[in-house]
Amino acid sequence: MQHTISVIVENDFGVLSRVATLFSGRGFNIDSLSVAPTNEEGLSRMTIVTRGDAQVLEQINKQLYKLIDVLKVLDFTDGSAIEREMALIKVAAEDDARAEVLRIVDIFRAKIIDVTPKSYTIEATGNPLKIDAILELLRPLGLKELVRTGSVAIGRGAKGWNG
Amino acid sequence: MKMNGARIMLECLKKEGVDTIFGYPGGTVINLYDELYSFKEIHHILPRHEQAGTHAADGYARATGRVGVALATSGPGATNTVTAIATAYMDSIPMVIITGQVPTPLIGNDAFQEVDIIGITRPCTKHSFLIRNVKDIALTMKKAFYIARSGRPGPVLVDFPKDVQMAMGEFHYPETVEIRGYKPNLSGHPRQVEKAVAMILDSRRPVLYVGGGAVLGEAAEALTTLARTLSVPVTTTLMGLGAFPECDDLSLGMLGMHGAYCANMAMTHSDLIIAVGARFDDRVTGKLSTFAPHAKIIHIDVDPTSIKKNVRVDLPIVGDVQDVLQKMLIQADKNSEKVAAFIETTATWHADITGWKEKHPLSYHQSSTIIKPQYVIEKLRELSDEDAIISTDVGQHQMWTAQFFKFNKPRTLLTSGGLGTMGFGLPAAMGAQAAFPNRQVITICGDGGVQMNIQEMATLVQNRLPVKIVILNNNFLGMVRQWQELFFDRRYSSTCMELPIDYIKLADAYGAKGFVANKTDEVESVILAGFKEDGPVIMDFRIAREEKVLPMVPAGASLNEMVLNA
Ligand SMILES: Cc1ncc(C[n+]2csc(CCOP(=O)(O)OP(=O)(O)O)c2C)c(N)n1
Repeated sequence: MQHTISVIVENDFGVLSRVATLFSGRGFNIDSLSVAPTNEEGLSRMTIVTRGDAQVLEQINKQLYKLIDVLKVLDFTDGSAIEREMALIKVAAEDDARAEVLRIVDIFRAKIIDVTPKSYTIEATGNPLKIDAILELLRPLGLKELVRTGSVAIGRGAKGWNG
Repeated sequence: MKMNGARIMLECLKKEGVDTIFGYPGGTVINLYDELYSFKEIHHILPRHEQAGTHAADGYARATGRVGVALATSGPGATNTVTAIATAYMDSIPMVIITGQVPTPLIGNDAFQEVDIIGITRPCTKHSFLIRNVKDIALTMKKAFYIARSGRPGPVLVDFPKDVQMAMGEFHYPETVEIRGYKPNLSGHPRQVEKAVAMILDSRRPVLYVGGGAVLGEAAEALTTLARTLSVPVTTTLMGLGAFPECDDLSLGMLGMHGAYCANMAMTHSDLIIAVGARFDDRVTGKLSTFAPHAKIIHIDVDPTSIKKNVRVDLPIVGDVQDVLQKMLIQADKNSEKVAAFIETTATWHADITGWKEKHPLSYHQSSTIIKPQYVIEKLRELSDEDAIISTDVGQHQMWTAQFFKFNKPRTLLTSGGLGTMGFGLPAAMGAQAAFPNRQVITICGDGGVQMNIQEMATLVQNRLPVKIVILNNNFLGMVRQWQELFFDRRYSSTCMELPIDYIKLADAYGAKGFVANKTDEVESVILAGFKEDGPVIMDFRIAREEKVLPMVPAGASLNEMVLNA
């Protein structure tokens, strides 16, 4: 089962490789990982999408906590968070296909951010499942290039991660 | 007062109470060595190899409970420490390893003797630091020592570039330290403690299963009192030996692959296992699916990741093991009537255990001519001082020591359990002897592993460290040979050492004394002669070459499927 975890870390030298080493060394999966500084001085936030049963997930949580640079692990498996991902998609678009691409873009409320006579480049944002869905529809038209950011997630409600 | 970074580092060590360090000089630590030259408060011991120096710091830490400190230059000096760091990491030993590094402007340029030692050791350190600025030295060292010794202890590496050692700065050592991502949970939850005691009083076939955490957490006394108060039998892992006196009737000895029959049977038939600072390692559990099939499990550990890593747990208690055991004791004392009734109901359990003990005690066939290794261990036990510190190397001799020496006090057995590092025994003994110049320190080695750090004979002689080196010499890599005998049709591929070594001459070459025993009736006199020497000694016992360590649970078999005699 897929899980999304947010990890609040010290913005220290080597922290990304500590987390990556932990996952690879213990055979945990990383489906996606994104990291950037937060509003709080000296802290970064990682969002990791991983897979495993309840026992594996518990170990991932505990092992992350064991890293000295990790302040907080937020496990969003119970749908308590809003998740978003962005994709930049370059798709072949000539003749009839051009209209088809525009229709799909419209339905998914995506944006065209670059145009050539032979292609469109699309920016799509949403839940990762939505990104999967738009890709599914665009794929038969000929994907030339795809970049996905990986998920980012934030808890629902008024409270911040530390209250 | 301004001083250079190298001096600040030494002042930090002094503030941490460090009296002895083990280090090897080189280009990127030459400034540190220059300061050491006139810094009298710290005793520096020069090993003959950085691996051995780092094992010695580890042995010092295991014997004292304090943080061991090792020092090495950048590049090859640093990489030579890696095996010893991994050894300490696997056994949760508190250490600080300081490595020189090329000047900060050169980092990343493949400079001479540059290596990314932080990257190399990331998976085998509790944490690591690169000091980039002279003003960060004191806080970094404060953090390094705090992290190394607190919670579940472990090695911390500090990479210290040469330019930072040369830069001038003020020295202020922080009184306290606060690391926002690191707050070990030391205090066991009172409700969990209550539940644990209730579960014990409800059980009929309880066993205390004790690991190295009980030694590291200074919990031997609390454990012993609790076990005796509740009359619960105790088995320990290799790392737990000494946490509970093996001379006590409640002791089952060591469990696991080469554990005692009664210990493995007790685990298999138990209805409640109370794990104390142990981690259900595969050498202990045997086949997981058949491990302790009838037992509920209480797991007490300071490291939450140890809990539920390998086995299901019915009641986890995260906390310092000493704290938790003391709280359990108070709780038991509050229920003294129930405790008395409980002890009565466990009578049949104790009878079962006595039956197993009598049915298959640890034993061997004595010979009047050929020296049996187990006999040497028994004689060592008999003739050594009561507070002697024993280190072992890795192999058959290590298991015979664990089985036959009978450890009664914590920190008297120093052994590489988790990593199983050959070459550990001699340098670890060296570190322990440096910490306790007046105690008897004995290292028990095989003829394979003793060669892996034999150069330390020079360090022993030079520093007047009178370690007694016992070699159980079978002229084989015995433990591997045993596996080849049992599981590979006696195809002794590369396990015969072929070339016998004259250890008397070898000892002599280093200015030490050597003795050899070839027959059973020479064992006692060689031990006595060796113990009588004031300096380091090698005692070479030519033992029965194909003796096996038994009982044995074959890898992947269930604990109750022990091979008792093969
Ligand atoms: C550094 C290292 N290399 C290899 C091994 C694998 N190994 C485990 S026990 C053993 C044999 C040890 O032989 P010896 O030191 O003679 O001790 P004995 O088993 O004969 O008592 C070997 C090779 C190891 N544990 N450590």
